[in-house]
Amino acid sequence: MPTRLVPWLKIFAHLACLAPLAWLLEQYRDGALAADADPVNTITHFTGNWTLWILLGGLAITPIRRLSPKLGWLIRLRRMIGLYAFFYATLHLATYVFLFSGYDLPGAIAGIKAGHPGVVVEQWKAVWPTMLDDAEKRRFIQVGLFAWAILLLLAATSPKAALRALGGKTWQRIHRLVYVAAIAGVVHYLWLVKTGVRTPWKDGAALGVLLLARIVWWARKRMTKPPAPKARPPASRTQAVRG
Amino acid sequence: MSEQIPSSEITPESVFRSQSGGRASRRRFLATAGVLGAGALATSAARGFMGAEAAQAASLATVPSSYTVADQQTPFAKATHFNNFYEFGTDKDEPARNAHTLQTRPWTVQITGLVKQPKTLDIDAILKLRPIESRVYRHRCVEAWSMVIPWDGYSLSELIKSVDPLPSAKYVQFLSLVDKKQMPELPGGYDWPYSEGLRMDEALNPLTLLCVGCYGEALPNQNGAPVRVVIPWKYGFKSAKSIVKINFTDKQPRTLWNEIAPSEYGFYSNVNPTVDHPRWSQAHERRIDASAFPRTIPTLMFNGYGGQVAGMYAGMNLKKYF
Repeated sequence: MPTRLVPWLKIFAHLACLAPLAWLLEQYRDGALAADADPVNTITHFTGNWTLWILLGGLAITPIRRLSPKLGWLIRLRRMIGLYAFFYATLHLATYVFLFSGYDLPGAIAGIKAGHPGVVVEQWKAVWPTMLDDAEKRRFIQVGLFAWAILLLLAATSPKAALRALGGKTWQRIHRLVYVAAIAGVVHYLWLVKTGVRTPWKDGAALGVLLLARIVWWARKRMTKPPAPKARPPASRTQAVRG
Repeated sequence: MSEQIPSSEITPESVFRSQSGGRASRRRFLATAGVLGAGALATSAARGFMGAEAAQAASLATVPSSYTVADQQTPFAKATHFNNFYEFGTDKDEPARNAHTLQTRPWTVQITGLVKQPKTLDIDAILKLRPIESRVYRHRCVEAWSMVIPWDGYSLSELIKSVDPLPSAKYVQFLSLVDKKQMPELPGGYDWPYSEGLRMDEALNPLTLLCVGCYGEALPNQNGAPVRVVIPWKYGFKSAKSIVKINFTDKQPRTLWNEIAPSEYGFYSNVNPTVDHPRWSQAHERRIDASAFPRTIPTLMFNGYGGQVAGMYAGMNLKKYF
């Protein structure tokens, strides 16, 4: 792909990643969400699903790129997609904190408008014990929070300045945690559904395929080119040579 | 006591109006859902709707009941488009879309097991056995959401008395219809048919409703047509839908969700804010009513029906027998 098209590609990727949120806001605006019997549940599942799907989309970039040297430009989208995964994960967490927990968000907003900002804190005090209880007792909440914390770390270290400050190798090691976050995300989903619900297995299977593609790539690389001790070229250059 | 207030006195006008306004579309919906042609169901002229579709409306002639709560009612559209009826699909919106394939006529309910004379009852005979009462009950799902629904029916005890169980009968089992032809979405991995059960005293409690309708009309298919039970102090899954067999036994019957996950769904499953579900707290519930965002409210012990039912569990460890 010619370099001059890259900005357009990025604009397209931004729009694609924002589309689910736009759809949700439109559902709210036209009243469809209010007609929904359990909109809190709908929003929770919607933001959770899109977190996983975008995260899986980001993890799909490297294996797809390896299929052909012509697909090398895909790498330019990876960081952005990763950041959108964090964005939806944060919406998901915010849904839990400000809607699912029983926090009266409409009441709090009305309170602010009426000049009683104290309502915000009062609401928080009312729901805080329930959330603490959840975090202590329920492993699907724990593993979900863990996944979000990893994504937070990756988002915080995503700017180029952070890469320079950490050094490429450390930075890469930290960012390999994305695999842990994705696995934790799928496990979070698996542990929260009731017995017999199989949808998490679809996300799990997709993640499995993406991880397997990496293992196959790594194994083939080792077989075709026995590693010379120490002086190994950086991974990206190896790929260019192999391409 | 709040449960003694007749519904006519407590339904807020706005709610009543919104229900009347939605009537025409509701009838269209019922027509699509295929619950019409219920010949024995009396059309109530008092309802005053005389549109073209009303001629074949499946309205029920009901009498008010003192078993009615004052809570704001859940709109008809929400109560009929947000259902757990796994035989028609596991998503909440699937039963409303898929249950039109359910054939509710002819329909019979077999009475079997420890009764003097086992027999098969026709749905029309069941409808005529007692006057149909309108009772507004709280409905608490084990998934921590709740509704307030005007159900139509009469106490199950009336039917039980009419079939003369033997003194050895200690439990009542309800079996729902299972028919792959009528239920193309029937999911695998479940030991169909759906089975639920009650202890005899629970089944005889006047609150336990043999339900044939809601909102003054024959039950929509997705709500368990043509006949179900409603046990308002227990989690919703105890209230078996589309019942084809009522079996009297001396042993605690198998119940579907209990078989799938015994640590999550007990045989009793009384609404109890102090006993958590392993994956969430049961102390609160999202009340689904006319408001845009469900309010989260505290869950009441026995769903607020302690006055009528707590005595049945005196001395029982409800944390152990959850």
